[in-house]
Amino acid sequence: MNKKNGNPMLQVEDIHITFGILKALNGVSLEIHKGEILAIIGPNGAGKTSLVNVINGVYHPSRGHIFFEDKDLTTLSHHHIASLGIARTFQNVALFKGMTVLDNIMVGRNLKMGSNFFSQGIYWGFAQKEEIRHRQEVERVIDWLEIEHIRKTPAGMLPYGLQKRVELGRALAAEPKLLLLDEPMAGMNLEEKEDIARFILDANEELGTTIALIEHDMGVVMDISDRVVVLDYGDKIGEGTPEEIRNNEKVIKAYLGTARQK
Amino acid sequence: MIYRECGVFKANYRADMAIFPIPLDRWGVIIILFIAFVVVPFSASDYWLSSILIPFLVFSLAALGLNFLTGYAGQLSIGHAAFMAVGAYISLILYGRYEVPLLLSLLGGGLVTAAVGAVFGIPSLRIKGFYLAVSTLAAQFIIQWVLTHWEWISGGVFGTVDTPPMQVFGWPIDTPVKKYYLVLSVVVPLTIFGKNIVRGQLGRAWMAIRDMDVAAEIIGISLFWNKLLAFTVSSFYAGVAGGLITFTYYGAANIEAFNIMVSFHLLGMIIIGGMGSVLGSFFGGGFITLLPIFINQFAHAFGTVLKTDLLACLELILFGGLIIFFLIVEPYGLARLWRTGKDKLRLWPFPY
Repeated sequence: MNKKNGNPMLQVEDIHITFGILKALNGVSLEIHKGEILAIIGPNGAGKTSLVNVINGVYHPSRGHIFFEDKDLTTLSHHHIASLGIARTFQNVALFKGMTVLDNIMVGRNLKMGSNFFSQGIYWGFAQKEEIRHRQEVERVIDWLEIEHIRKTPAGMLPYGLQKRVELGRALAAEPKLLLLDEPMAGMNLEEKEDIARFILDANEELGTTIALIEHDMGVVMDISDRVVVLDYGDKIGEGTPEEIRNNEKVIKAYLGTARQK
Repeated sequence: MIYRECGVFKANYRADMAIFPIPLDRWGVIIILFIAFVVVPFSASDYWLSSILIPFLVFSLAALGLNFLTGYAGQLSIGHAAFMAVGAYISLILYGRYEVPLLLSLLGGGLVTAAVGAVFGIPSLRIKGFYLAVSTLAAQFIIQWVLTHWEWISGGVFGTVDTPPMQVFGWPIDTPVKKYYLVLSVVVPLTIFGKNIVRGQLGRAWMAIRDMDVAAEIIGISLFWNKLLAFTVSSFYAGVAGGLITFTYYGAANIEAFNIMVSFHLLGMIIIGGMGSVLGSFFGGGFITLLPIFINQFAHAFGTVLKTDLLACLELILFGGLIIFFLIVEPYGLARLWRTGKDKLRLWPFPY
């Protein structure tokens, strides 16, 4: 499968963001191609989360443009961007704690559902059919993430690892074209990391979801990603396949540690 | 062993999504509805019907409305009595002055209130939590002032509007039993409608906003529409409740019946009954409206022993004490207590 044909799915062009005098992103450009897994890495404070936030509209850039499938996202609101097919997860789990796992994932399908207020209130008939249809899709996601046993548990009562998994499910339920994952494996043990890595690869291969992820675990990044982008203090200092990154002088210096002098 | 899910197999999603998946629950609801519609009207005294059951049902409906807004969508409101007042005045004016049929004027009162509520919901797009509460407090005072000073509404400063004789489809509604039926036949469908709303897409969107609004927005839930809709639906219920209670209980629309204390009572109902629970609204409505009456009756049994002034204070002390007691026992409200009880019952008498 050639992953680099045609126009890139997402094009980030010369993005600047400043918070006061701090330059979080300083003219970053990158491309995400359809069907790939792109990892964004960098030391703390490099601007990785800012970059994701700017792509899905939490921040608006002070300069620069973002194009998703040739549509300019730069000034759109979050829910408009979501409706174009970009979903994300958060660094600190952002589940709806009072709702069950099932309801959380059902919320993910919000944009696909469209019965009006009155048919929802009357319920029997149109709204019920729609609920059942979407429930089937959601059950597929639940099945796939192996969380059947907790589907009726309030999300706030789950352990951290499972919460992360549910959040991934909620993002996937929206059937996004582009999925942004902000440290999906932070704070997990090896086994949980392997599970999540498997789900990410499966989503990419089976559902064809394009994935951009931020991750600190170099082992995982090098294993699962097709390409890697390295940020440091708001600048892009490297881009390429994991092999190229591993041998990139600048990256090694900034991130992986300076090579020891003899 | 009495109450269990054992043997209840859900073969399709429709069965799993039912409001009451367990047969015993379904029977319980049918029995309660049967009692409410058939047994009560023929056995309860006029006193019970007109001064206990009617206010209980109507305030539960108003609490349900507030629960949509506060319990589900997470927007605190302490101006809800004012919305009831709008519904009360408008539906009385529609019925009394313009001779709109009774049910339609209740609906009209609700719709006007919904519009007013939507306007006062606009600040919620910018402010949250306690600050929003204060802005709804402003709604309480603004609405009170407008209702008392706008002559078209009350016919003069602090005027009241009396209820004309009521009829529905030509039947006069004059006895407590008929009023009770009127209330019941408005409250039951609206409750079912509300339950459907909160278990569906809109309810999930509201809860998502309550639990984490940033994440909700990123998923594609429009905060603007959903918050305004929460205010609209919530005020609609308050407006209908306000109209109902004026027609069937107070007999005249008077702003004093909808002052800020009533707003606090409504808030108390959903906190004690259970935030984010339809059933909890009824528990809370029952607790707040019925308990003072029971305490009163109970205290009067000792009427000969205690002094009158002590008796009057004792009522309030007991009431306050019980509120604190229930909140300590179960901070999530009576609805949660009910669920815990059911969970216990499921295993009883063999808890292991």
